Amino acid sequence: MKNSKKIIFFALITALTVFESCVKDLDRVPFYDITSATVYNDPANYRAIIAKVYAGLAVSGQQGPAGKADISGIDEGFSTYLRQYYKAQELTTDEAVIGWNDGSIKDYHNMKWSSANEFIAAMYYRIFYQITLCNEFIRETTDAKLSERGLSADANIKAYRAEARFMRALSYWHALDMFANPPFVTDADPLGAFLPKQTNRADLFAYIEKELKEIETLLPDPRANEFGRADKGAAWTLLAKLYLNAEVYTGTSRATDCLTYSNKVIGGGYALETKYENLFKIGNDASKEVIFAVRFDGMRTKTWGGMTFLVHAPVGGTMRAADFGINGGWGGLRTTKDLVGLFNNSSNVVDYNDTRAMFYTDGQTLVIDDIGDFTNGYAITKYKNVDQAGKAGSDPEGNFPDTDFPMFRLADVHLMYAEAVLRGGTGGTTAQALAYVNALRQRAYKTTRTALTTITLDDILNERGRELYWEMHRRTDLIRFKKFTTGAYLWQWKGGTKNGAAVSDNLNVFPLPAADVIANPNLKQNTGY
Amino acid sequence: MKKLRLQNGFIRHLSNWQKVLVLMLFGLMLTPSVMAQRTVTGTVTGADGAGVPSASIIVKGSTNGTITDLDGAFSLKVPDNAVLVISSIGLSTQEVSVGNSSVINIKLAEDAKTLGELVVIGYGTAKKKDLTGSIATVNEKDFQKGNIASPEQLIAGKIAGVAVTPGSGAPGSGSRIRIRGGSSLSADDPLIVVDGVPLATGGIGGIANGLALINPNDIESINVLKDASAAAIYGSRASNGVIIVTTKKGRKGDGFRVNFSTILSSAQPVKYVPVLTGDELRALVNKVGNASQKALLGTENTDWQKLIYRNAFSHDENLNFSGTVAKVLPFRLNLGYLDQNGILLNSNMNRKSVTLNVNPRLLDDHLKVDFSYKGSFAKSKFADEGAIGGAVGFDPTHGPYTSKDAYQGYFEWLNPDGTLSTLAGRNPLGILNSRQDVSDVNRHIANAIVDYKFHFFPDLRVNMNVAIDKAFTDGYTKKDSTAASAAAVKGVNNTYTQERTAKTFESYLNYTKEISGFRADIMAGYGYQDFYFEGVNNFFNLKGVRQGDTIPSAITPKSQSTLVSFFGRANFGFKDRYLLTFTMRRDGSSKLAPGHKWITYPAVALAWRMTEEGIGKELFSDLKLRVGYGVTGQQDGISDYNGLKTFSLGGNTAQYPFGNAYISTLRPEGFNELLTWQKTTTTNVGLDFALKNDRFSGAIDYYFRETSQLFNDVNIPAGANFTNRIKSNIGTLENNGIELTLNTVPVKTNNLTWEANFILGYNKNKITKLTLVDDPKFVGVTTGGIGGGVGNTIQIHAVGAPKNSFYVYQQVYGDGGQPIEELYVDRNGDGKITPEDKYLFQKPDADYSLGFTSNLTYKDFSFGFVLRGSIGNYMYSNRNSGGTFGSNSLNYLYNPARNVLETGFLNAQYFSDYYLQNASFLKMDNLTLGYDLSSLFKNKQMVRLTAVVQNVFMVTKYDGVDPEIGGGIDNNIYLRPRTYSLGLNIQF
Repeated sequence: MKNSKKIIFFALITALTVFESCVKDLDRVPFYDITSATVYNDPANYRAIIAKVYAGLAVSGQQGPAGKADISGIDEGFSTYLRQYYKAQELTTDEAVIGWNDGSIKDYHNMKWSSANEFIAAMYYRIFYQITLCNEFIRETTDAKLSERGLSADANIKAYRAEARFMRALSYWHALDMFANPPFVTDADPLGAFLPKQTNRADLFAYIEKELKEIETLLPDPRANEFGRADKGAAWTLLAKLYLNAEVYTGTSRATDCLTYSNKVIGGGYALETKYENLFKIGNDASKEVIFAVRFDGMRTKTWGGMTFLVHAPVGGTMRAADFGINGGWGGLRTTKDLVGLFNNSSNVVDYNDTRAMFYTDGQTLVIDDIGDFTNGYAITKYKNVDQAGKAGSDPEGNFPDTDFPMFRLADVHLMYAEAVLRGGTGGTTAQALAYVNALRQRAYKTTRTALTTITLDDILNERGRELYWEMHRRTDLIRFKKFTTGAYLWQWKGGTKNGAAVSDNLNVFPLPAADVIANPNLKQNTGY
Repeated sequence: MKKLRLQNGFIRHLSNWQKVLVLMLFGLMLTPSVMAQRTVTGTVTGADGAGVPSASIIVKGSTNGTITDLDGAFSLKVPDNAVLVISSIGLSTQEVSVGNSSVINIKLAEDAKTLGELVVIGYGTAKKKDLTGSIATVNEKDFQKGNIASPEQLIAGKIAGVAVTPGSGAPGSGSRIRIRGGSSLSADDPLIVVDGVPLATGGIGGIANGLALINPNDIESINVLKDASAAAIYGSRASNGVIIVTTKKGRKGDGFRVNFSTILSSAQPVKYVPVLTGDELRALVNKVGNASQKALLGTENTDWQKLIYRNAFSHDENLNFSGTVAKVLPFRLNLGYLDQNGILLNSNMNRKSVTLNVNPRLLDDHLKVDFSYKGSFAKSKFADEGAIGGAVGFDPTHGPYTSKDAYQGYFEWLNPDGTLSTLAGRNPLGILNSRQDVSDVNRHIANAIVDYKFHFFPDLRVNMNVAIDKAFTDGYTKKDSTAASAAAVKGVNNTYTQERTAKTFESYLNYTKEISGFRADIMAGYGYQDFYFEGVNNFFNLKGVRQGDTIPSAITPKSQSTLVSFFGRANFGFKDRYLLTFTMRRDGSSKLAPGHKWITYPAVALAWRMTEEGIGKELFSDLKLRVGYGVTGQQDGISDYNGLKTFSLGGNTAQYPFGNAYISTLRPEGFNELLTWQKTTTTNVGLDFALKNDRFSGAIDYYFRETSQLFNDVNIPAGANFTNRIKSNIGTLENNGIELTLNTVPVKTNNLTWEANFILGYNKNKITKLTLVDDPKFVGVTTGGIGGGVGNTIQIHAVGAPKNSFYVYQQVYGDGGQPIEELYVDRNGDGKITPEDKYLFQKPDADYSLGFTSNLTYKDFSFGFVLRGSIGNYMYSNRNSGGTFGSNSLNYLYNPARNVLETGFLNAQYFSDYYLQNASFLKMDNLTLGYDLSSLFKNKQMVRLTAVVQNVFMVTKYDGVDPEIGGGIDNNIYLRPRTYSLGLNIQF
């Protein structure tokens, strides 16, 4: 019996030791992924993390073209920032219709969206995904933290930090423009289980302005950074856009500030691309007109959103996919007769001397009777996966384009300058405004004979339509010109009726997604939703 | 010499030389003449008249004895005037004086039979009469004879509250098992424990789930722990119930025996999805199509479904050896070979399996060792199931082939410029024939259970179980570059390998004591389980160009999780009248967030055997009231590292260009630092009853089950985390229901026995909470993705409604009763049809599930069937909703649903409640006819023939091809065939 007691005692001790070590196995960590405890010790990781911040505008997740999505609740291909930004800014306007049946996509053009719209939600969550990524980077790159890790002398990390602040400002501007009163989180807030507070347009406007002005000096000079990364030119353009729309956001015009920053950009060493169409082809990364681009690559930066969507979705009907450098069209996007009408000459037919009139009409009707039918409405041939010589991009399958998306380009700044002058801003002249606008027209018509001699605000809006259609400015422009919801301008199927109808003014702002209003009791829904 | 009787199983037959072996084992000399001793032969039968195998027969007051063979027959040398003591587990012991008779047939009383039956309850066994929880048992004797390909079929329709939905018709596809409706929103698979080894949930390529690995012929019993008081001993993995499978063991003293069985079967499609013929499509296109569509019409009448399905032959052989090596090593070895062809062209599964059980009993049975190995070597050829929907929707006006060589001669849709259309579906026959998709899955489960009853303290025993479960998968997919489906990618050459390892170590101490009517059975144990996975996918085209994305430096993805548990159970019984069970389990999981990893699951159950009290004694042989309460948990359905803040590496094709450099990204992952266990609390009240005549017994149970802290992908406040939806513990789900089981023996004579079993389960579930803050404007979490458009869903988890409720518009109908396109009821009366007008209408889960099993035996014939019914389950016909037809300019034609002839819809109306149908059904799963031929072989061999029809008939109002599709969304399934089979079973 004595022996057995010893045995039991020994067994118990052994058992306890085994239990102890087995219980430790509950602290499993991933094999390869890095935990937050170690990631910031390696200076090389900062470049990889800031690359993710930029990639957040282009791809859908950690695998290309799909896999390990950044956000969920919507098809991954749909979930990319740029694809959603296109849909929110273009499908809601005279510039685009889409023939598909995906979820509530039709509500955009019909202007019948609600807070349950998953596309609006995807846009919103994309914006805040970017902001959270940026906050994380900014939080982890304070002087104190860098010196703790012995990295305070690393100039690269400081530059990345300024760029992260630009990227946050960019997304906050989108939030300001589309959602008006979004939640507000910065690097000063915690992560995880907390409820962000709501902000309003005036405060958010002031915050973005302050941020951009603070980083103005920290960012590299225009065109001095690696292409794809933000520089002073990008920050100035964003400031100009913020000021141009200031009256919408705050009720106070900031035309003069818009002019100030437009001038800075124009003096920044940029130049208009010679041929308009080359801005939307492979090789546009070399263009001196592009101020800030979202970048893609057929082999390395693959997504079902972004440029893949912009090149494939407008191809259908009798269009030849090979002309676009792709394996096939998706038969979705077209435009209304109202955008086409902006290109009409005095005898009311499309003036194809304007090389910006990139319409495909064979087998297509001008008038849209059925949005679901691709042949209703002219197709648009603006974005292509071919280079200037007509050669298709690097993806041998013809899925993923090499073409970058020019988010900010000089032509836009020309038009902002002109508009700011017409809106009474000081720091510019009408003559200069005309000259900047005519520079665009001269490029488009390849002649100076179509130059304008006088210019009105409406001319500016129409010129913006011709120059910048499908470049994700339209909704913002129409709102600024008070034509988005009102009866002042009706396009086909606006408000869900064939000839267009005015809709409620509250649609100038998108609803906060119902999902977030429920998840975050601090949020109050926007008016009218 | 021996009277042949019709018996339930072949194994009760034994040849003479085996009897000799048995007798020799017991050291009985067969000398021709011994004075004062003579040979008594006879048969021990149960109340049902069937022989009782392994009954022990001992001459009272001596050590002289024997056991019966599988027929219940015995032969024993006895002195004159001996008294024989005959006993068998579960039967009442009987004493018989031999007198001067040489043949003694003993019928053992059966009143305690089922009550004495040992039931495996997890970390131990209990007598059925002592059970306090809701535990259902299906034994070998209850199994349907004949062609049973999977163990799930052994319980389908037999246990109230257990719904078994057969998989698709694909070879090796697994059934979906739901116990009491499932406890969660996502992971509802029950835990499967095979011979003491809790298996990892989920399948691995080629093996649908843990059960698919087991040869049905090897199964001795299946026990289902339904309520929490029973299942709590498996705490963290028990919320969806536990299925405990026990395989047949080698038995000490068993003679050498060989059993061979073969089943030949032929499967054929029963019913095709109704589609338009070529002529009908031509008429439709000419009526509603545009000029370009009309130009696309062909002249054929092709029935694509008939082209892709076939009659498929399969065969299944099992060779079984059992016996005892060197008197101390009882074993059982089964070798299986299955070659199963699917009715879809090019689908096949070929599986070899080995099962070995070695069960030595040493040191006077103080030391029991159960070693078990199960190996399965499956080679599957997967057909591209895209061809199924493809065939339903492919234009019937064109034939399968063209005269051209392009695309391997198959007809394909082309763009006007002659390139392959990227939007049209591919030729279904081409899809099937141009892909080779082969996988090899080798799985090994080995475990050893050592059970030692202390010599110096026999009330105490220690049990230790060590198990390893390893699965290796490798496979490839190949397509030639001439195949239309691979032309764009220039051919496909994908390979993959996977390895899964699950290790289990469990040990417990058990103390049993019975003193003057008071019985205690106390167990305490410790468990450790570890799950490891690694896998590599290599995607290449035929030119060797890498496709898809990989993480940098080609590292192998790996993942691991661990569970640690401490558990204990105390059973107390007083006078066999009052029974009490306490269970406690404490579990830790590595998957959960630091600080939230541990939880304790308590359970308590009480039972009162009223008959022992004298209540109902005139009528009932058993009447037991059970009340149980318990908590169980879950950590399935979440990924391994959700609770940690980590950074993941971006792939090589999700890089971002800076200048001319491509940067691999690092992404901070969304995390939930509060992630913890999902908790399920169940209250169960039940009554077991058996009538005195043993012709009628059953049980009725009521349960209420609430799952809180539901794993739920919820939207989290924007800006607070690195994602928008995260696995959280938010929400509450209720299930309550009633279960009724009735076992009857309506007819029982010497030649004719009829056993019938009826079950009824009623379950109602309701979500009672989904968000942290209640918000009346919150409609719910959409789910149930459908085909057509991208991201469209038809179901919703909504508070106050059953999970997966359909969320649809209310269709408006015209005077003629036909639905009007795009016209819905404006339910909120705001003058517009908006998503706010959608309403909750029905759900895919059944209210009532029924089962009826009948077994009729007459002399050498047996006849049985299983009927299964389901009431109140609804189905959304995605086939109909997506199959509308209108004019378009897509440059290809497709076959719309036949239903379009009724609706005339031009555009898809996915969200109309018109497409929801009541899919209640009654199905006869199988029909078996058996004939025992042993008498023709003078009973020297057991020979049995069976003929089985599976999927015999179906009664339903649902107009699709099958009313039983998991999830309630009918989007073309691999048709479940009707199978005719013939089986032969021989034992030497």
